Amino acid sequence: MNSFFERRYVILGIFIVIMLMLIGRLFYIQVIDDKYLAFAQNNVLRRFIKYPDRGAILDRKGKILVQNEHVYDILVTPKEVREFDTLQFCKLLQIDKKGFDQRWEKAKKYSYFRSSVFEKQLPARLYNSFQEHLFEFPGFSVQPRSVRNYPDSVAAQFLGYISEVNDQTITKSNGYYHPGDYIGISGVEKAYEEVLRGQRGVENSLVDSRNVKKGKYMDGRYDTAAVAGERLTSSLDIRIQKLGEKLMQNKVGSIVAIEPATGEILAFVSSPTYDPNELVGRERGNNISAMYKNPYSPLLIRPIQAYYPPGSSFKPLSALIALQEGIITPQTTFFCAGGYQAGGHWVGCEHYDGVTNLRKGISQSCNAYFCNVLNKVLNQNGAKNTTAAYLNWKKDVNKFGFGVKLDVDLPNEKRGLVPAPARYDRTYGKNHWRANTIISMAIGQGELLATPMQMANIECTIANRGFYYRPHLIKAVGDKDIIKPEFKEKLSVGIDSVYFHPVIDGMQDVVERGTAVASRIPGIVMCGKTGTVQNPHGKNHSVFVAFAPRDNPKIAIAVVVENAGFGASWAAPIASFIVEKYLRDTISRRPSGINPKRYMEASLLPALPGSLPKLNPHLPKDSLKKNQADSNKKSIRSDSDKKKSQIIKIAALKPKKKDE
Amino acid sequence: MNNQRSFFFNVDWLTVILYLILCIIGWFNIHSAIFDEEHPSIIDLSTNYGKQFIYIISALVLATVILLMESRFFSALAPAVYVITMILLVVVLLIGRNVGGNQAWISLGGGFRLQPSEFAKFATCLMLARYLSGTNIKVTDTKSFLVAAVIIGFPMVLIILQPDAGSTLVFCSLIFVLYREGISPLFLIVTALVIALFILTLLLNQNYLILGLVIAALLLIYFFRRNQTLIITVVAGFVISITMIFSVNFLYHNVLKQHQTVRIDEWLGITTDLRGIGYNVNQSKIAIGSGKVWGKGYLKGTQTKFSFVPEQSTDFIFCTVGEEWGFAGTLTVLIIYLILLFRIVFIAERQRSNFSRIYGYGVASVIFFHVFINVGMTIGLVPVIGIPLPLISYGGSSLWSFTILLFILLKLDSNRMGII
Repeated sequence: MNSFFERRYVILGIFIVIMLMLIGRLFYIQVIDDKYLAFAQNNVLRRFIKYPDRGAILDRKGKILVQNEHVYDILVTPKEVREFDTLQFCKLLQIDKKGFDQRWEKAKKYSYFRSSVFEKQLPARLYNSFQEHLFEFPGFSVQPRSVRNYPDSVAAQFLGYISEVNDQTITKSNGYYHPGDYIGISGVEKAYEEVLRGQRGVENSLVDSRNVKKGKYMDGRYDTAAVAGERLTSSLDIRIQKLGEKLMQNKVGSIVAIEPATGEILAFVSSPTYDPNELVGRERGNNISAMYKNPYSPLLIRPIQAYYPPGSSFKPLSALIALQEGIITPQTTFFCAGGYQAGGHWVGCEHYDGVTNLRKGISQSCNAYFCNVLNKVLNQNGAKNTTAAYLNWKKDVNKFGFGVKLDVDLPNEKRGLVPAPARYDRTYGKNHWRANTIISMAIGQGELLATPMQMANIECTIANRGFYYRPHLIKAVGDKDIIKPEFKEKLSVGIDSVYFHPVIDGMQDVVERGTAVASRIPGIVMCGKTGTVQNPHGKNHSVFVAFAPRDNPKIAIAVVVENAGFGASWAAPIASFIVEKYLRDTISRRPSGINPKRYMEASLLPALPGSLPKLNPHLPKDSLKKNQADSNKKSIRSDSDKKKSQIIKIAALKPKKKDE
Repeated sequence: MNNQRSFFFNVDWLTVILYLILCIIGWFNIHSAIFDEEHPSIIDLSTNYGKQFIYIISALVLATVILLMESRFFSALAPAVYVITMILLVVVLLIGRNVGGNQAWISLGGGFRLQPSEFAKFATCLMLARYLSGTNIKVTDTKSFLVAAVIIGFPMVLIILQPDAGSTLVFCSLIFVLYREGISPLFLIVTALVIALFILTLLLNQNYLILGLVIAALLLIYFFRRNQTLIITVVAGFVISITMIFSVNFLYHNVLKQHQTVRIDEWLGITTDLRGIGYNVNQSKIAIGSGKVWGKGYLKGTQTKFSFVPEQSTDFIFCTVGEEWGFAGTLTVLIIYLILLFRIVFIAERQRSNFSRIYGYGVASVIFFHVFINVGMTIGLVPVIGIPLPLISYGGSSLWSFTILLFILLKLDSNRMGII
């Protein structure tokens, strides 16, 4: 014991103070501050997303339309890259030095330590040779993923395509989509995105400081398995789809075929088309911009987006409404003097039909007959009540799914047009228009616009004698073949079935001895109607609508070939081949001598002079604009010299007479 | 026990128990920190935790041997031990193995190696105790103080040549021993001020710091205007401070190694480089902080096990304690150390011989300094200085060195009634 005994308290005091300092600091970082726990999880926890396979899409017989194919993304971690033979590397990936440098800079910019995609979607062919050399390229790795593959390269617009999600979609999806995910952009891929995409799985893994997996977090308690997307069975029949696409090659137009008893769409041809495989893989970017630049806009889904006046194919509908209203009977006759005098102007027929009843009116496509019918319909309560009568008529037309959306299970469907009275009020003044002012509607011209889908649907309704099922492309979802309830609902058009018989008689005559006689199929009773739709910008559009057989119909069809001329010369034969192929799986020799080969080989693409209005590649511009122009009186007038010498003064189009 | 009574009589069992607890805590945490799934057993000798088991067993044997020795031996042999250790420190500079930049190891063959700087700690404590307990030696005498300073300083010079700055700094802690023996408290205060000034110089603009010092000096002079001695002291202190400010920059840029200056910069927040030099401390804080109150549980720590924390079984072993046992664990460990330190001071103060007391304070100082620097380093409170956590960190030399340090004291204590 010496005199400095007291100093031990100073020393112990220092010990205590320092220890308290350490304990205080530990208390702060361990108990109060939560950020270190978050950092720690950030360090070791990695969420690995397990991508599900997207659902396949089959045709109605189970043939594959779309499936998944495995491709390989090449990833790079710049930090781990060592010197290697860039020349050989470029050769294996089939890229050039410049492309290599660009990708390399991009990867370095993204992150020096984390891996990013160096080259996307290497096909298996290139991958096989690349992976043999992979060990020579430290820092590079491979990640398999699946892309869409279309074994038959058909039905491009029907199936649509997928693409990487954009930022906007990611924001809107509330965190469902992440950058790099794929999403359906159009067609079935978009309409059924939620079914096709499946469910992503998550694997929570622990990684060490070198990012090497060390096992599952909490023994996988929070992991979920990826659930593959549902398989879709479409209603499409790949046989007639393929035939339709062949028949329509080098032509602009559509084919829509529907099974009347179910509303299932059997064929969905939009021409010109493209190989859907072009929108997959490394060349996708180039291909898609070429398609956007293509003046015939292959990306346009013509069956539901292109507008055409239905032309003469509208006549059966027109007759049905008049029959239901009791304005005419099948025996009612009108006298055709080669045309119809609508006030100050003349709607001509190509024939002189004389006394014409309903059946003859349809089979001969007599314009005078139908002008008289519509005139009677609109004047049934006197000329002063034209607007009310027109509204009533419009409502009847709408019931056929014409001028309203059919709610097909595809995105971006157009509704067509049956003008509201307000439109005529604007043009002519309120109550200053009469039946004769808008008489061209009687023969499917004027302001009327329909999509090929709507035209085909009208045929379904006639085939069914008064009702239709919503047309749809997908008949079953998943393994259980669930059919959506909205597609089982029978939609009546409000016309008694008895009124269909005379109309159908007339339509049968069209094929048996009328305008479309050349397209008669031996042994099959087909009922149809030709249409030759006036087009102020070029040759008329060729239209044919039909169903077959007459009793217990199996197929209803609408064919539109733009700028092809008479309905009977192009649309009707094409429709007949498809109908026969569908019903008999073969195409017989025709008495008229027509055969599919000639139609497949013909090129009817409209010329593309600079004089054509510039086409907006995103919209159904070519058909839409041209045909809307049809209903514009000024452009009609300028076009009127084509046919007859009469001067057209009012809006009514001067229609062509019967198709021939 | 009966037949060993003569040997273990009077041994301070509380200290022995604290010693054993710390060794076992260390062993289990080493097991967890470097757990190898292929060798899960804690006594698997192919792993470092298996080796630590051997080190603990051998340390216990060593402790027993020390307790069996004659007390007076240590006082008598102190100069010899000191000289031998100094020779080893010279030898290691000549033939030592360089590990991690430090020429600190002498290879003994068979995978074992010796770290003389570890043994220099108890050797210096013994020598210091021996010298200061001599008759007519008063540390307040300038001559005695200088001799004591040389005893402490000589191993420091040899160790800094390795260069092992961490171990060198440990000897500074012996200032507590000198303080207890009577040097002016000014040494402690000046030391604290020097450290403070050093840090301020690095953190603040030099001109502001000088301005601040001038103002402080003028205020003090005004305050002490009646007392000429104090004024002189203040002026002298001011001049020394200014000199120091300028020498810090020189010291910092020309004497300290770059790996030391960047560590200090990172610690003071002058630079922030979480991927580079700041990585260790940041990861260490993450590991400890993520343990929260109760920790993640034995063998459940992810940060240390998946090697985010470097040196996780040696210098950064405290991270494993913090991560797997939480605040409860770190608090427990620190309290055990504090009890141990108090017990050592208590033991030192109950000695009748000056030698034993001085040696006891040496032991307390060395252990305290290790704990403070090591734990402070893992939580970013002090710069990274690579010294082990006593009895817990992996490593034979360190464990044996602390065992010898502690058990010599226990042996001296068991014989406290006798005269050395």
